[in-house]
Amino acid sequence: MAIFIDNDTKLVVQGITGRDGSFHTRQMMEYGTQVVAGVTPGKGGQSFEGSDGKSVPIFNTMDEAVATTGANTSVIYVPPAFAADAIMEAADSGVGFVVAITEGIPVLDMARAHAFARDRGVRVLGPNCPGLISPGKSKVGILPAQIVAEGPVGLVSRSGTLTYEAVFQLTNVGIGQTTCVGIGGDPLIGTNFVDCLEAFEADADTKAIVMIGEIGGTDEQEAAAFVKANLSKPVVGFIAGQTAPPGRRMGHAGAIISGSAGTAEEKMKAFKDNGIAVATRPVDIVGLIQEALG
Amino acid sequence: MNIHEYQAKECFRAAGIPVPPGEIATTPDEAEAIATRFGGMVVVKAQVHSGGRGKAGGVKLAKNAVEAREHAARILGMDIKGLTVEKVLVTPAEDIATEAYVGVLVDRKSQAATFMVSAEGGVDIEEVAATNPEAIRKLTVDPRYGILPHQAHWLANYLYDDPGLIKQATKIMMQLYRAFVDSGASMAEINPLITTPSGEVKAIDAKMSIDDSELFRRPGIEAMRDISSEPAAETRAREAGLSFVKLDGDVGCCVNGAGLAMATMDLVKYYGGEPANFLDIGGSSNPDKVVAALEIITSDPNVKVILFNIFGGITRCDDVANGIVEATRRIDIEPPIVIRLTGTNEEEALAILADAGFSAYTSMDDVVETAVKMAKA
Repeated sequence: MAIFIDNDTKLVVQGITGRDGSFHTRQMMEYGTQVVAGVTPGKGGQSFEGSDGKSVPIFNTMDEAVATTGANTSVIYVPPAFAADAIMEAADSGVGFVVAITEGIPVLDMARAHAFARDRGVRVLGPNCPGLISPGKSKVGILPAQIVAEGPVGLVSRSGTLTYEAVFQLTNVGIGQTTCVGIGGDPLIGTNFVDCLEAFEADADTKAIVMIGEIGGTDEQEAAAFVKANLSKPVVGFIAGQTAPPGRRMGHAGAIISGSAGTAEEKMKAFKDNGIAVATRPVDIVGLIQEALG
Repeated sequence: MNIHEYQAKECFRAAGIPVPPGEIATTPDEAEAIATRFGGMVVVKAQVHSGGRGKAGGVKLAKNAVEAREHAARILGMDIKGLTVEKVLVTPAEDIATEAYVGVLVDRKSQAATFMVSAEGGVDIEEVAATNPEAIRKLTVDPRYGILPHQAHWLANYLYDDPGLIKQATKIMMQLYRAFVDSGASMAEINPLITTPSGEVKAIDAKMSIDDSELFRRPGIEAMRDISSEPAAETRAREAGLSFVKLDGDVGCCVNGAGLAMATMDLVKYYGGEPANFLDIGGSSNPDKVVAALEIITSDPNVKVILFNIFGGITRCDDVANGIVEATRRIDIEPPIVIRLTGTNEEEALAILADAGFSAYTSMDDVVETAVKMAKA
């Protein structure tokens, strides 16, 4: 099993003909993801050629794409100016899950898009996220497939490359993953730590969980309390940004310490206080997971 | 992006909020001339991107134009929290009966703009929130409808008893939300919102932060950027499309990805060193970006060693290796460079680096430990 995406995932790519969209669509197809449709307004009726001779029909609208192909998941590689509307179009089209890769969407646009998706019961992952991968089943987004392996660990993270680092180290010692989820570095994100923890707890194949947070906001603190109250599975945590100065945005729009809230210290303490094993260095995640798996 | 008080006031005025007039002076002569025009009694206010201007002596009341000149002479060139004051705002002094706080910001938890108002104005709202939270009224604005008149009234009603004041403040709440949305702000604050003895409500201070992701569609706001208020290296980084924050250590860091960049800085500290900067070169492998990154890092005289930590996923290691080699050909780099590359096309990258006389590590811990040792040697 896995969470959020698996063999039944039928994907529509919004922005399939763009530079990033076309590159990553080929990568996803090579991994075995069922890419059933693409959407680019004005290019409906054309088709997208994958690297292995498979072709994907392109539609002008999400409505047509979903009605024609039965897609249940969407991924968005649309530029920032149009991305929030693309998320809302997806939420109106009948898919249940929307993965927004785009970085740099105005925050007030996202406030509307999140409210719109919530009203329709549609799950959004991101924006400004690397997507997710369920090894051996499906990949949606931009995570590099060569570093993952099938196995018992569920991983959730706010970062991209730091996720790759942790996954790579696990895979190198022979520990695979059920699903790796990048929830994104923006201040307003759809799916959060708690949503992923809840899903991993319910997933029979997931035996232990890695949670990678960073400075800014209080999602990690809420996740820590949730772990204590609701999880039976062991959780290993890491927080990036112990040396980050307050008030400065560290790359991610959401990675900023405001006042005294959102520091790495505070988050690590919340992890410890709620029974989460805290890794001091990324490399320590491996040892702690090995212990947790017994 | 932060904007100055006088710029935030322009945005407020455009939305109809009553803001006293004011003009910018960059010399004491100009300050005196402006004060004369306003009738002599003015406040001279340092325009820097920093709180605590008053405490630092950057805000002074002048009884006449000559005094305004004297204050301006002292404040211009003053250092407030590491920032040099280059401009002062000269604005007529107001008679103040009461001071309140009104702010709106994007709240992560409710995923919406949230108002905070308090009858205790002129204070640090974070402190009030921590010590006396019941002195603040909060309102979450549904992004689909914006602030509704009855909600604005509910906020105003919390601040005042007098119907005339409530009516004016209700309008100001609506106008502040308009200014917030129209400027693409992540935070807008009136602190204090005053009442005058004659019963007028006015914003005499203004603070606004703009969401960087809004700037592409708001050229008027982008034009308000004051590059004299940020370190030259950060301006250069922004123009090159890099995320960069200067720190005080001596290990220069060049990393792909924000999370990995922070984790790399933390690891420098773990091994007993101090990072000189945060720098995320992003997903691109463009050699020009690597050159810009190296120029920015080496412009800091404190840097004793340059540490690359690249995890090739979508980014190809061979592209980054080419960038490093290219950069060292184009510019002279004095500090030693240590490199960690792993992931996509790692073998090709190692060969490229070996040809140019570099060796590379594959473990993040090994490279950081080495860099720290070199910085200390």
